[in-house]
Amino acid sequence: MTESSYRIQGATGEWEVVIGLEVHAQVTSNAKLFSGAATAFGAEPNSQVSLVDAAMPGMLPVPNRECIRQAVRTGMAIDATINRWSRFDRKNYFYADLPQGYQISQLYHPLVGEGHLDVAPDDKNPDATKRIGVERIHVEQDAGKLMHDQHPTRSYVDLNRSGVALMEIVSRPDMRSPGEAGAYLTKLRAILRYVGSCDGNMDQGSMRADVNVSVRRPGDELGTRTETKNVNSVRFVMAAIEHEAKRQVELIEGGGAVVQETRLFNPDTGATRSMRSKEDAHDYRYFPDPDLLPLELDEAFLDACRASLPELPDAKRARYEAAGIAAYAAGVLTAEVESARWFDALLGEGVEPVRAANWVTSELFGALNRLGVGIEASPVTPAKAAGLLALVADGTLSGSLAKQVFEAMLETGDNAAAIVEARGLKQTSDTGAIEAAIAEVLAKNPGQLEQYRGGKVALFGFFVGQTMKAMGGKANPGVVNEVLRKALG
Amino acid sequence: MTDLTDLGIAAIRDGVRAGSFSAREVADAFIVAVSRAKPLNAFLVETPDHALAAARVADEARARGENLKPMAGVPIGMKDLFCTNGVATTAASHILEGFVPPYESTVSQNLWDAGAGMLGKLNMDQFAMGSSNETSAFGNVVSPWRRSDGGNAPLAPGGSSGGSSAAVAARLCPGATGTDTGGSIRQPAAFTGISGIKPTYGRCSRWGTIAFASSLDQAGPMARSVRDCAIMLEAMAGFDAKDATSLDLPVPGWEHGLNPSLAGKRVGIPREYRVDGMPEEIDTLWQQGIDRLTDAGAEIVEVSLPHTKYALPAYYIIAPAEASSNLARYDGVRYGLRDLPDGAGLQDMYAATRADGFGAEVQRRILIGTYVLSAGFYDAYYTQAQKVRALIARDFDRAWERCDLLLTPTAPSAAFALGEKSADPLAMYLNDVFTVPSSLAGLPAMSVPGGVDKQGLPLGLQIIGRALDEQGVLNAGLAIEERAGFAARPGAWW
Repeated sequence: MTESSYRIQGATGEWEVVIGLEVHAQVTSNAKLFSGAATAFGAEPNSQVSLVDAAMPGMLPVPNRECIRQAVRTGMAIDATINRWSRFDRKNYFYADLPQGYQISQLYHPLVGEGHLDVAPDDKNPDATKRIGVERIHVEQDAGKLMHDQHPTRSYVDLNRSGVALMEIVSRPDMRSPGEAGAYLTKLRAILRYVGSCDGNMDQGSMRADVNVSVRRPGDELGTRTETKNVNSVRFVMAAIEHEAKRQVELIEGGGAVVQETRLFNPDTGATRSMRSKEDAHDYRYFPDPDLLPLELDEAFLDACRASLPELPDAKRARYEAAGIAAYAAGVLTAEVESARWFDALLGEGVEPVRAANWVTSELFGALNRLGVGIEASPVTPAKAAGLLALVADGTLSGSLAKQVFEAMLETGDNAAAIVEARGLKQTSDTGAIEAAIAEVLAKNPGQLEQYRGGKVALFGFFVGQTMKAMGGKANPGVVNEVLRKALG
Repeated sequence: MTDLTDLGIAAIRDGVRAGSFSAREVADAFIVAVSRAKPLNAFLVETPDHALAAARVADEARARGENLKPMAGVPIGMKDLFCTNGVATTAASHILEGFVPPYESTVSQNLWDAGAGMLGKLNMDQFAMGSSNETSAFGNVVSPWRRSDGGNAPLAPGGSSGGSSAAVAARLCPGATGTDTGGSIRQPAAFTGISGIKPTYGRCSRWGTIAFASSLDQAGPMARSVRDCAIMLEAMAGFDAKDATSLDLPVPGWEHGLNPSLAGKRVGIPREYRVDGMPEEIDTLWQQGIDRLTDAGAEIVEVSLPHTKYALPAYYIIAPAEASSNLARYDGVRYGLRDLPDGAGLQDMYAATRADGFGAEVQRRILIGTYVLSAGFYDAYYTQAQKVRALIARDFDRAWERCDLLLTPTAPSAAFALGEKSADPLAMYLNDVFTVPSSLAGLPAMSVPGGVDKQGLPLGLQIIGRALDEQGVLNAGLAIEERAGFAARPGAWW
């Protein structure tokens, strides 16, 4: 466990930042939390709205079992207490994007209680982790969306999102730096995506964070916090914290006081601005929703949720490290569920883990980066990659030949053996041919030979290169080295 | 042959099956009766085509020799709280004026599936808030009953299902749907000399019924006999996956189970229901009810429901609290009334729409509900009221250790004159004093006519049963009905 040394240097000394995050994560499900309407992103406005979502008279909510299941699985994935008895409450306020005039949420008895996440703020040092507490996860309805750009004097309402299931994941105020907050959010996102309970698409609004920030003298009581709403990327969350912490320090040092208020982050300026203060905060008049019975979970349901959990990032990373993969590479491989899944499939082909990890993190990631595609769309499948690695392992391909073959695989999608065959890229360990090539290289380069023998041993690499070149890159480098060493005496 | 409009649900059903008359003749007779009863103001919308279409289906089915559905050929009235596909539904509120639902409530759909037809939508207290029908935005219903003193003061039909009670009592329909949140089926039934049952909470789906107070609202039938109530309740009830509070239980054959013998049953008389200042006639009525149940074989026991006096205050916290939230959706954004003053913003639109759209009683209850849920008052009012509710439910649970049913008056008086109480909300709320406790406990309860007062006005007796024991309640109702021989009926002055 590590402690953050992040401090804001104020005019009057050092300040510590205290951060808590409330993450709203859209539950992956085909239907909304309390209605059968679809949830696909980007549909025509008001095309995914049921009578319930539009709050027509007499309509009633019925909980969607899948949404509850996903929230429970998410809770289990962060080692949280699952409350077998929970209840929905109404949060009452008027707004045009809220058809019922209330949001169905869970204030008094959330579905998921205390849990935690271990995060590594420094990704170069994945073993230096810090535990961040999660206070609760509750499920609630999303609101619709107002559109102000459709008409010169009127606003339009799109209710496609109205009633979509959200998990609100509330952290403890345990983070002390933008880096920790970023690491928490990244880790949380990874876990949600491993579990499959949220797609984590922050740019589509499937995941967004309310950022609570306060500052204090190191070790002092907690300061007054502000809440910056709806920040929709890891980078913006970190920027918002940085800006907000500095603003608060300057305010306090200037003799002012932080006002408990809701703020908005402007991604263009990187600044936050006041939205509304506590004085004009709503009185939400929370009370238990009388249309819904308390949610009671039985053992069989919980068992099924538990059994359906995949191997999570930490466990996977530990497994990779136990197989000899370096901590950093293991961290990179497990950071995103798609790469972990791809790598697991590769391991399933029986490849040697360490070399496979090195190849994936350098060759494959580099190529995908260059092509601008995600690993799930990689033109080279795990099975084909295993074929390539096998040809390296049995000496058929040298490292540089392997690169050539891999390039060809990316272009054609063919498997490695076929490319080697068709293009004659097979590496040779034929000592006779190699000896002949070396003799020729030495004969062609008498000057360099003289210098080498005169003590400039670094020229060994030059002769290796020339030999490989002479053999069209197909010579086994180990054999070349060995024969060359003998030839040079 | 008797006038077809004098027939009840069972008689119409049986007559159509037997071919004594056609469903078309029945529908025509009631359609005429409805069209001639405008002075009662019981119907907000008349739907003769709906009734005729159902009649045609019944007659054609009979002509083909098919088995007829349980309510085939029976035209009914539909309280305007039930959303009806393609037929204006307003909850008697200006805020929903012009609203035509593109969907059918589960209860009304169940009735149509059972072969019933609709004569029209019935007037009511606005959003079911009221005990006299005077809160309707479309004028009050007038009871068909008149006092025998010759004063001819227009009387309240009770509320909130006052259009239903008046229409059934005036023979404009053989049965009507009602909804009951704190007595809105039972009190109007008592005021108009008919029967009505509020089943166990969860028996009838609330889907498509405009909500007043979700944890209390229950639909039920209103008709002129216990048997008719049993037939109609069977058609209305049933599990509905679209209502999360719906009971997933089969619907018992209540009509088949009717049995007026109460041998082996114990009937409790709750001592706390003898309230100060109750008219002597109500006491007399109650004693007659006791005698009749004794005669039917029941053993009478005195029981105590100690928290009864807290029921009304708790109800007038819980029901408005839920209503204040349930009625938030009437905001002028999507349907119904929209008042958009010049230059108005969103908040102004809300304020103007809701001020104009909701009547005074609805506004009063929204204000009360908003207040009791607000920060700083929530625990003192709402939480406390919920505790009282639990205690009231426990009172009943303890009573069931000593008895099977409870007998009480339905209301503390006979029908009062229109305007008599409308200026005094508290006096109006007291009308619910006997009906509210069983609503808070979610128990089945019904009102049956017990007799008439000195002015010839009907008085009702209430029977309360254990959760799910509608059969016991209906049977006791039948025992009273058979012995009371209630034959009084309003003269057709309209």
